[in-house]
Amino acid sequence: MSAIHLHFDVPGDDFTRAGEASGSTKKRLKALGYDSDAIRRVAIAMYEAEINMVIHANGGYCDVDVYPDRVEILLADDGPGIEDIDKAMQEGYSTAPDNVRSLGFGAGMGLPNIKKYSDEMRIDTKLGIGTKLYLTIKVH
Amino acid sequence: MIVRDIIDILEGEIICEGNLDQEILTACGSDMMSDVLAFVKDQSVLLTGLVNPQVVRTAEMMDMACIIFVRGKVPDESIITLAKARGITLMKTRFRMFTACGLLYSNGLSGGCKV
Ligand SMILES: Nc1ncnc2c1ncn2[C@@H]1O[C@H](COP(=O)(O)OP(=O)(O)OP(=O)(O)O)[C@@H](O)[C@H]1O
Ligand SMILES: [Mg+2]
Repeated sequence: MSAIHLHFDVPGDDFTRAGEASGSTKKRLKALGYDSDAIRRVAIAMYEAEINMVIHANGGYCDVDVYPDRVEILLADDGPGIEDIDKAMQEGYSTAPDNVRSLGFGAGMGLPNIKKYSDEMRIDTKLGIGTKLYLTIKVH
Repeated sequence: MIVRDIIDILEGEIICEGNLDQEILTACGSDMMSDVLAFVKDQSVLLTGLVNPQVVRTAEMMDMACIIFVRGKVPDESIITLAKARGITLMKTRFRMFTACGLLYSNGLSGGCKV
């Protein structure tokens, strides 16, 4: 059973709004009294994934389930998919174009960061169909 | 060091005022947000030459109290509004990244890790 369920649509055409889902989730977890280190791990992992959906996949949605001991997050898009997951997981690997880099992203650090801050991470991706990222973060 | 000390050291100008008495222990300087997000440090400030809303969101996720825009860069109203809502201080300094980081470092602020 899920204690609290949050759902967010992430628009793909508005870079300035990317991060709103993660920010709202962070605020909610704070209000629920979770440990601030744990909240920060959730916020960073989710934010990196949310940004990825916007810059690589033209947006998508997030579902967040908050349990007493963990937060489970699904980030789903119907973007181009990831061709080589092993490569994508490497620090410094990025297919982001220069205009994304000038926005401060495209260092190829997002997926490695997500792995570092989450306790479980699973990627389901199909070329031309989309990507689903499942994250579990323990919160105490 | 508190945020107020940084104003003096960097001859900074406050654009959006959060808690100026917040204690600051470390700093991070980068224009790539995922580089910033890679290393969590407590009570940290962010120095950057990048001016867009994601700078504020990055600081928000990291629990950073203050953002310093180097080379006199000025954020627009939408960025200021985001920072205000989150209680994050925005400051600008005419110094360039290298100099601004050097000034803070030589005044006792560290990168928060050995590398
Ligand atoms: N949701 C997604 N849809 C399609 N491709 C993706 C998605 N997420 C990541 N990728 C691919 O994986 C690569 C690595 O992602 P990662 O987040 O590590 O780096 P980045 O987004 O390019 O840069 P950074 O995260 O440092 O800003 C991306 O460049 C992109 O090719
Ligand atoms: Mg990324």
